[in-house]
Amino acid sequence: MIWEIEIQPKDSDLEKCRVNKDFHLLTPGVKVKDPITSASKGLLVSGEISGEQIQKLVTELLVDPVVESCTINKLGNLPVGEGTNDPCLATVLLKPGVMDPTALSIIQAGQDLKVPVVSVRSFRRYFGAPLASNEKDVLFRRVLANDAIEMVVEGPINQKHVAEGVPYLFKKIVVPIRDLSHEELEKLSRQMSLSLNREEMITIQEHYRKVGKDPNDIELETIAQTWSEHCSHKTLKGRVDFDGKIYNNLLKETIFEATRFLREKAGKEDWCVSVFEDNAGVIKFDENFHLCFKVETHNRPSAIEPYGGANTGIGGVIRDPMGTGLGAKPVCNTDIFCFAPPDTLASTLPDGILHPLKIMTGVVSGVRDYGNRMGIPTVNGAVCFHNRYLGNPLVFCGTAGLIPVDKAVKKPLAGDFVVAVGGRTGRDGIHGATFSSAELNSDSEKVSGGAVQIGNAIEEKKVLDAVLKARDLGLYNSITDCGAGGFSSAVGEMGEHLGASIQLDQAPLKYAGLSYTEIWISESQERMILSVPKENLAKLKEVCKWEGVEAVELGVFENTGRLKLFYQGSEVGDIDLDFLHNGRPKQVRKAAWKTPTESSSNPSAPANQNLGETLLKLLSSLNICSKEWIIRQYDHEVQGGSVIKPLVGILEEGPSDASVVMPVLGATKGFAVGCGLLPDYGDLDPYAMAACAIDEAVRNVVAVGADPSRIAILDNFCWGNTDRPEVLGSLVMAAEACKDFAIAYQMPFISGKDSLKNEFHAKGKSIVIPPTLLISAIGIVQDVRQCVTMDMKKAGNKLFLVGRLTENIGGSQYAKVLQLTGGVVPKPDAKEAIDIHKAMHRAITALTVRSCHDVSEGGLAVTVAEMAFAGGIGADIHGLNTLGNIPFASMLFAEPPTCYVVEVEPQKVEQFQAIFKGLPVHEIGTTCVEKRLRFVGPTGEWVLWTSLEDLRKAWLSTLKF
Amino acid sequence: MASPKVFILRAPGSNCDMETHFAFEKAGARPERIHILQLRENPSLLKQFQILVIPGGFTYGDDVAAGKILASQLTHFLQSELRAFRDSEKLILGVCNGFQVLLKAGLILQPDQDGPVATLAHNTSGKFETRWVHLEVRPDNCPFLAGISSLFVPTAHGEGRFVSREEWMLDGLEKSGRVVLRYVNPQGKLDGFPHNPNGSQGNIAGLCDPSGRVLGLMPHPERHVLPTQHPSWTRNGLQKEGEGFAIFKNAVKYFE
Repeated sequence: MIWEIEIQPKDSDLEKCRVNKDFHLLTPGVKVKDPITSASKGLLVSGEISGEQIQKLVTELLVDPVVESCTINKLGNLPVGEGTNDPCLATVLLKPGVMDPTALSIIQAGQDLKVPVVSVRSFRRYFGAPLASNEKDVLFRRVLANDAIEMVVEGPINQKHVAEGVPYLFKKIVVPIRDLSHEELEKLSRQMSLSLNREEMITIQEHYRKVGKDPNDIELETIAQTWSEHCSHKTLKGRVDFDGKIYNNLLKETIFEATRFLREKAGKEDWCVSVFEDNAGVIKFDENFHLCFKVETHNRPSAIEPYGGANTGIGGVIRDPMGTGLGAKPVCNTDIFCFAPPDTLASTLPDGILHPLKIMTGVVSGVRDYGNRMGIPTVNGAVCFHNRYLGNPLVFCGTAGLIPVDKAVKKPLAGDFVVAVGGRTGRDGIHGATFSSAELNSDSEKVSGGAVQIGNAIEEKKVLDAVLKARDLGLYNSITDCGAGGFSSAVGEMGEHLGASIQLDQAPLKYAGLSYTEIWISESQERMILSVPKENLAKLKEVCKWEGVEAVELGVFENTGRLKLFYQGSEVGDIDLDFLHNGRPKQVRKAAWKTPTESSSNPSAPANQNLGETLLKLLSSLNICSKEWIIRQYDHEVQGGSVIKPLVGILEEGPSDASVVMPVLGATKGFAVGCGLLPDYGDLDPYAMAACAIDEAVRNVVAVGADPSRIAILDNFCWGNTDRPEVLGSLVMAAEACKDFAIAYQMPFISGKDSLKNEFHAKGKSIVIPPTLLISAIGIVQDVRQCVTMDMKKAGNKLFLVGRLTENIGGSQYAKVLQLTGGVVPKPDAKEAIDIHKAMHRAITALTVRSCHDVSEGGLAVTVAEMAFAGGIGADIHGLNTLGNIPFASMLFAEPPTCYVVEVEPQKVEQFQAIFKGLPVHEIGTTCVEKRLRFVGPTGEWVLWTSLEDLRKAWLSTLKF
Repeated sequence: MASPKVFILRAPGSNCDMETHFAFEKAGARPERIHILQLRENPSLLKQFQILVIPGGFTYGDDVAAGKILASQLTHFLQSELRAFRDSEKLILGVCNGFQVLLKAGLILQPDQDGPVATLAHNTSGKFETRWVHLEVRPDNCPFLAGISSLFVPTAHGEGRFVSREEWMLDGLEKSGRVVLRYVNPQGKLDGFPHNPNGSQGNIAGLCDPSGRVLGLMPHPERHVLPTQHPSWTRNGLQKEGEGFAIFKNAVKYFE
């Protein structure tokens, strides 16, 4: 028996508004009335449930009579839509097997009410006048439902729509490869979606010829997962021939090398605990805790299904600290997004690409719903817009965690049980790792549906609660998360130096029908693998039971050097771990770089530009404008540790340089998190881009109070297809800059991740993302009570510029709003920069600084403007003329690295200046009561004069949805 | 000095239990965080405690509606124990998701023959928002709020809009002194968005039951216990303590 419960809102119909808005966005220039006149939501509840019982369930649980009404029907009746005269246009259901958290909660709650609910499917329903077929196509395919996870049903829902999978009949599958030709091997790789190249397939063939048998499907799949770009970073860890300069392992010789050098130099003062080996990098925090930090990307899934992609992106990175050492407690999140402009014309979109506004709103809410539910504050982020993110939006999610000093090391032992803790295994995300290592095209949204998933944050929260309890009781020897590759990667990596034997039929499943291989490589979310000594198993299960979490032993770790897989007693796989982890042929790739001629000189700006107008244009431009719309949707206060918040100033709307978190309540030690990201520089000068991104991330955390001698950094490379030498060449340049500047600044890289092949191809059209390097910085704040914010505090104070201005405007936002191309990209002075950052820190801890803001996108003028309207204090800037022979407009709007604007009280000026002795520091103006910002130009006249309210309005008005 | 025992009720998705624990401990109480499954197994556990708190979070993912599933569990499995707890001069506090739970479990406003008289619905803005708010406090007989006239604390929710079934019910609540917390602007006057962050009728931010000993509120006093939690401490200097801390001190003092 299936009951259909349809629930109508009594007050505002938010879903109707959303749908109509999205529809009009996608049909620009066409005058059509709202397609939807009302929307409802509903549930299909099945089980041996009487009419009386369903009524009880509805009254006591499912419907809030103050704001909702409902109708109850048996399945198959035509939807009525209470209170609407329009016919039902469509009902949208999740496809079978897609995670539906609400359904899981209702089944449990129904059982509590003694209503025998067996399964639940939730749906959304839409009413309106019948539509023309082209309008219907837009509405159904692009607004109401996402084909990757949802289906649209016209007319009544029937049994067929709610059918679950069919039972699985066990049959071992052998894949004959020993006699295949090279072409046939490549074809096989494509057919099985293995994403393995010819050379890799040949290596596998040779291995199995030696073994003397053909591989089973599960063995091939395991190798494909482990060797995928996503899991093994074969490009960056492979051989690179850069115009004759040979790198045997690019990462090892650049980024890792910087860290190795710095740790060796630090000797006993080394404050890194574990770098580039665990799921997150670990550094020392205080005598009781270490800090760990990891930033991941989730780009491909977010392009296809923005909500689910971003949702599982943040869910996945939260599991990284949870799976670092013996488990860290997540204390803050950071989210950085790259999108195409949200006002992109819908008619210009290539096939297979979602509208950027739809991607942006989906990504923002996906991260919101997971992060907020986990109770982890999202304290830092950035959003960057560029036309070339149209086909490949980038979604970076990061999590920092706190781990007790005695829990930072893990090691599974032979004889330990392999225990899966958390969510059940379904068909979600099959081939996610191999999918994320391929390019996108217009068919990706159709063929990769399985790789896209929805998360269930509450399951992960339960797992977190259980794991931390079990950790403190010392119940397990090792832990890792199930990410890309699912069990295959998690067990394969954890057991790398041992071996394991796994009974795949032991894994709890969401529904029947999964083959043994699907169980093994499924990327269902919210699962962790623990290595549990026999004597602790019962206690571990008890801890999990009280948190409502499933814990099941899948097998044991054993000292065999092999991964042995069984299903219902039959051996289905037996893989040599040495071959799995070390057998992959080394890639050799060519790289080349030619400096573009347009990056050798600066374009000239129009001579008579209105500087005030340019300033307003910059403030309202997408890359500079307020991101308050996003920031407020994230809970940045939960856990109570926020000391410097993402929004600061009199109205709590000014853009903080970085956030400061005090992870142990009541203590005064904290840490700052910030980031740097300058893709507009990438085409012109990838070396300078990387150097500037490091400098920006460092400035951000130093500006609020982090100690430059205790800053660690993370890299995330997102590039186009590095099979092309010039694309790889620009990456090599950026990696070299990372090494040089990490060493110069004495800031170790502790973790990183790359995402390559961010290209979109359809109908001869290619869109390649700009080279995008995200640098995240985490810096220790010794005493959070010394922190400063960027909002101006008081009239009558002095304003100083720390650092040197530049005339170079290549890749600047100034060039972008004036539509100037080319130009020299500014570059920090490696030697002087670190002295400036250190002096800035001394000035802050000496309490000589009232406000401090780093100069970044939009330059000095934007920096001062933001400080002024955030504080509701005016400023007169009259000291720029003595600062060298630079065009005045460039003084205002170029983006000089290593610069800060600082507000100092008159009685502290002497002390402040003494701290910067020998370094560039200049008094440039004063703060004032009048609520306006003025600049004296080269001729001694006021050349820019604007009210704070105009500045503030320009900055606030762009992004609001 | 009194040191009451505080029962912090956890459920899947609770996430403000640690900072609530910290606030009570700092105020001199003895808090314990206990899971709903343990309480259901042994409801008499409650008897050992003087204060019950349902902290913020997203219990059961706020699936169906915010706080609804936990409310249903309290109603079905713990109804009599909770009423006995309340009627024995003890204190009950629900913050954010805890307020949603208390209200939907009928522990603040008793349902009448036509069902629940009020609810907390989706914000008018249609989205979750984090925002600091000014509250006007009218303590009436609510011991949590004794001696407090205003508060500055953060909100962070998507479903906090107070809606009563009938307009006249709202008047009744106000006249009987149950509306103890209202959103106001910095000047202390009733105002619209963003000062009233969710569009609540009557700017209601928090309510107490007729005894005054059961308090529910959407804003988070436990997130403003320390002076460094204030959003503009770098402008105005560090206060002695956060403004929300008074609520926790009051709760402890009640048992002196």
